[in-house]
Amino acid sequence: MPTIDLAVIGRRELNSRLHGLSADASDILWRIENPGGQHALAVGMTAPVTIEIAGHAGYYCAGMNQHATVVIEGNAGVGVAENMMSGAIHVRGDASQAAGATARGGLLVIEGNAAARCGISMKGVNIVVKGSVGPMSAFMAQSGALVVLGDAGEALGESIYEAKLFVRGQVKSLGADCVQKDMRAEHRLELRALLEAAGIGPEVNLDEFKRYGSSRTLYTFHVDNAAAY
Amino acid sequence: MCGIVGLFLKDKALEPRLGQLLAGMLEMMSERGPDSAGFAIYGDGHASRVKMTVRGAGFNDLAANLGAALGERVYGVARDTHLVLSMPADFEGRARSWLADHRPDLVIISTGQRIEIYKEVGRPAAVAARFGLSQMGGSHGIGHTRMATESAVTTDGAHPFSTGADQCLVHNGSLSNHRSLRRMLEPEGIPFATDNDSEVAAGYVTWRMRDGTSLAVALEASLDDLDGFFTFVVGTEDGFAVLRDPISCKPAVMAETDQYVAFGSEYRALTGLPGIESARVFEPEPARVYAWERV
Repeated sequence: MPTIDLAVIGRRELNSRLHGLSADASDILWRIENPGGQHALAVGMTAPVTIEIAGHAGYYCAGMNQHATVVIEGNAGVGVAENMMSGAIHVRGDASQAAGATARGGLLVIEGNAAARCGISMKGVNIVVKGSVGPMSAFMAQSGALVVLGDAGEALGESIYEAKLFVRGQVKSLGADCVQKDMRAEHRLELRALLEAAGIGPEVNLDEFKRYGSSRTLYTFHVDNAAAY
Repeated sequence: MCGIVGLFLKDKALEPRLGQLLAGMLEMMSERGPDSAGFAIYGDGHASRVKMTVRGAGFNDLAANLGAALGERVYGVARDTHLVLSMPADFEGRARSWLADHRPDLVIISTGQRIEIYKEVGRPAAVAARFGLSQMGGSHGIGHTRMATESAVTTDGAHPFSTGADQCLVHNGSLSNHRSLRRMLEPEGIPFATDNDSEVAAGYVTWRMRDGTSLAVALEASLDDLDGFFTFVVGTEDGFAVLRDPISCKPAVMAETDQYVAFGSEYRALTGLPGIESARVFEPEPARVYAWERV
């Protein structure tokens, strides 16, 4: 298992070594010590390896991830997992703003709280937050799912397109065009699968969750507006 | 951009190291603000005396000449382009008049029982070094690294800003309604030395606190009156507070232990603090005032 002391080799060298890994790399577990809140750690991964970051990470950690599993043992800065395509990113602490922004696939799990705009413009990623999310989470979300075991801040799902939002706690307010929806059998199945993927067992009761999504009045063309063009 | 740091000590044993810790934090924020830097330190003080930090050059005999004019003992400690004058508290007004008449070239950047402010153009590490920040002690301190976007790279535009006794404010962001706020505050007797929007925010807090309002309540009110992007860190003689705008446009991270409360624009700024590995590290919520007072 390669152990990298970031204080010794520096971020560019770290990312360069990680980018050199092939799909069948033999070193499948990497441990990054002394991350010191540095930015852009383990960005642009393409190899199916696991990377453990032993502390707090700075901005855009594990951005653009494909195939890799990245575990951040502390807090993550702004934009963790931004534009992730696939793989899994696990934050043991809190995540700052815009966690999972624009991400197209994969799974982002945040053990603590996520700050404002979690899942902004998400395009297919699944995000599970065990704590609460800040204001304007899932802003303009397009697809994927956001599961929040705690509370959600103001304007949840503002101008949402087609993502599914599941919140167990209180929602301070819903954003424009975001509405509460029925929780049908297929949604319960999906939610249970998401919780299981995040390592959450049957002790969590699905009945405590509410589902939110788009009422689809904003984003499609409405014939009554034809005269405006 | 800009970087902000702040350190409020709970453990008196750390007080001799305040400047050293703050200098490390300031330097870590160089990438966020490479063009100028400044800091406020709350050090020693006495209720009967006032400290006045002035900026300029030609400090030889200044304290002696001012003392002779006032008929009181005035002490001066020069650090590079800044001089901290200490005089009996009752003489602050007369000292201001004398300086205006005899040394109009000097700029008064802070007054108060304990506050001292230093700021200059240059890389943060260089600014900290030229004033000897690492050797300074105190109970709390606030620093700022500036990347000027709205106005020129000048010392006048560097933070912190002080518009009231022992008060200072640093700001990351930009205010949209600072001109109208200034027009409201100036007739109220709040003086401004620059055209900077952040100085208006400092003046607003001074205005709110003038009638005895607490720092926390003053900042709460600012949420209604200030329009724009801001993360503020504010210091008073015995207080330290943080506020972010409701959109939380600018970054912020805090750490708290039994020994201190620390603020940084990024976590990197906090990595050199003692016991940071086990500190409670959290992001301050938007539109929520976080305030601490010395006990």
